[in-house]
Amino acid sequence: MNSEETIAIIQSECERARAFLDQKGNPRTALLPILQAIQSQFGYIDKDALPLIAQELNISQAEVRGVVSFYHDFRLEPEGQHVLKLCRAEACQSMGCESLATHMQERHGLLPGQTLPDSSLTFENVYCLGNCALAPAAMLDGKLVGRVNKEWIDQLISGVRR
Amino acid sequence: MNPIRIFISRDAASLSVGSNKIAQAITQEAARRQVQIEIIRTGSRGMMWLEPLVEVETERGRIAYGPVTLEDVSSLFHAGFALGQDNFAFAQDHALCLGRTQDIPFLKSQQRLTFARIGVIDPLNMDQYRAHGGFAGFEAASKIKPVEIIEEVVTSGLRGRGGAGFPAGIKWRTVAAAPGERKYIVCNADEGDSGTFADRMVMEGDPFMLIEGMMIAGLATGATHGFVYIRSEYPDAITTMRAAVELARRAGRLGKAFDIEIRVGAGAYICGEETALLESIEGKRGQVRAKPPLPAHQGLFGKPTVINNVLTLAAIPWILEHGGKNYAAFGAGRSRGTMPFQLAGNVKYSGIHEVAFGMSLREMIFDISGGTASGRPVYAVQTGGPLGAYFPEHLLDTKLDYEAMIAAGGMLGHGGIVVFDDRADIARQARFAMDFCAIESCGKCTPCRIGSTRGVETLDKIAADIDRTRNIALVKDLCAVMTDGSLCALGGLTPMPVISALTHFPEAFTQSPAKPRAE
Ligand SMILES: Cc1cc2nc3c(=O)[nH]c(=O)nc-3n(C[C@H](O)[C@H](O)[C@H](O)COP(=O)(O)O)c2cc1C
Ligand code: SF4
Ligand code: FES
Repeated sequence: MNSEETIAIIQSECERARAFLDQKGNPRTALLPILQAIQSQFGYIDKDALPLIAQELNISQAEVRGVVSFYHDFRLEPEGQHVLKLCRAEACQSMGCESLATHMQERHGLLPGQTLPDSSLTFENVYCLGNCALAPAAMLDGKLVGRVNKEWIDQLISGVRR
Repeated sequence: MNPIRIFISRDAASLSVGSNKIAQAITQEAARRQVQIEIIRTGSRGMMWLEPLVEVETERGRIAYGPVTLEDVSSLFHAGFALGQDNFAFAQDHALCLGRTQDIPFLKSQQRLTFARIGVIDPLNMDQYRAHGGFAGFEAASKIKPVEIIEEVVTSGLRGRGGAGFPAGIKWRTVAAAPGERKYIVCNADEGDSGTFADRMVMEGDPFMLIEGMMIAGLATGATHGFVYIRSEYPDAITTMRAAVELARRAGRLGKAFDIEIRVGAGAYICGEETALLESIEGKRGQVRAKPPLPAHQGLFGKPTVINNVLTLAAIPWILEHGGKNYAAFGAGRSRGTMPFQLAGNVKYSGIHEVAFGMSLREMIFDISGGTASGRPVYAVQTGGPLGAYFPEHLLDTKLDYEAMIAAGGMLGHGGIVVFDDRADIARQARFAMDFCAIESCGKCTPCRIGSTRGVETLDKIAADIDRTRNIALVKDLCAVMTDGSLCALGGLTPMPVISALTHFPEAFTQSPAKPRAE
């Protein structure tokens, strides 16, 4: 982690939130934007960033940690180079996403939450991507994919493996 | 000669099946053939089974082709699909030709009020927005008093589209009457319910309409600041909404009397619950607040706050432009107006179908959606997201309105309809409902936090044929405790899919082993 860069991110998000609210509201409102900006910059939230955030927002470190742990998106460790999120919710279930998840495990040895040994890809569950009319759906590095099938998954994984 | 105008969607769903690649290939093929074209990227028409859909403007109107693959592009040109708007001819003999877009039965049978512009215009082109009636609602609202705006909304009968169905006008009236110089409009764009995507399509396909709806809410209630809280699973919607807010600021529509900030969720379903959402904007864990106080009295930062779903706010400009009475002319019973129903999962014709309330589930699934995509029998239907009931075949005559759905033991929710064929294992679906509740519980109440995990364990025992009768009774007990002892609808309504599964599909809990799964 780069502390100077982290502090700059924290301050700019605080400033933006305060400016929008004409200095009203509570500066703590910037907490999620700060965490999101840090994660998007560094790929994860370094533990060393937590005291810096707490100090700037004038809240305890425990409160910052509480927020980080509450939301599924935030992570304190880096992920694989690529991230594949497979939708496991009802519309995708009706179109066979469970057999795709089984395929991930049996063919590629990946359970949700796991990363390939060469760190090339992390596999995660997600519950609805708003692509329920083109199910089964997935998201690869923030890009939505529809009508997912096993062939697509196999091609993806053989393409990213190092 | 003017360039030939070709329309291709940039909605995330269309992109997810390759609409960008098709647009590129069409550009290249046109250059190769020296045909002058202009590609306009629109929202999606919502006929998802036809995506990527390509439309070409002709003298007769737009002609649709789909679903287009890369291999089709050359043959489309060869068949004469790009002859131009001054020409009556089109590639009518091409296998992908669907005729005029507006004549496609799925689209033709709709009553599009909210979705009128979606798939038609470039979502970020404010001139096109205005040319298609944009800001007429705001202009009408500016000419009348705030109380009169609210009366129009009350007259329209518009109810909250986020799930609970509370009358929007009454909520606005409460906020307008609440004392305080600082008030907020919060748009709930967390759209967490599986089987739903209408909010996403509005934000990606007609973002100025949502902004206009929020501006009108500001006028009506005296609120000066608005937030749109969008789930992080919707990166395209976030980008489009941010761009639209920026354009509206530059055009002087936002920033002075009323301004909007886009906030992004962080992967917590419970943050769709209104008070958890407010906590989240305030920078806290998304834990549900006890009510009272209502958000209308003490909402964001303790100030009076309107919190409405995307579709609720998106319906407002039409209502102000055409009058509340005209909106109320659509609908059935106490469900007035139209609803963009979302046909999802195992259906042949999937997508958005906006119609007045009152059609039956059966008509929607068989007449509109053409039955299952797999061609197998319809076995179960879940409406209203993960907390909605599973309906068997014999309940499909239930009408799609708020009260009728409740009377049948289900709910309309945000209008998502998910169809399962006869390979569905409803006992597994019931287990999933409990599991989802365990994953997404905010942790505040014991029945929800602990009960859901016990529910999963007990349903596992039933599936493993351990003491079935006793364990089924146990699940029912557990459901009663969750229903009565939960602060919000996550714990309170998780029993709905579970109990409906036990009631309507008892065979699923007595058979073993499980049926083969959908491929
Ligand atoms: C667990 C839970 C999840 C919810 N998720 C959403 C959601 O994703 N979007 C939404 O608009 N409303 C959601 N709601 C409903 C909101 O609490 C609230 O009723 C709604 O935002 C009010 O706006 P409306 O009156 O325009 O529907 C949810 C409620 C609960 C209990
Ligand atoms: S029912 Fe569940 S989600 Fe709702 S407040 Fe209680 S613990 Fe939180
Ligand atoms: S249920 Fe999978 S995308 Fe909505």
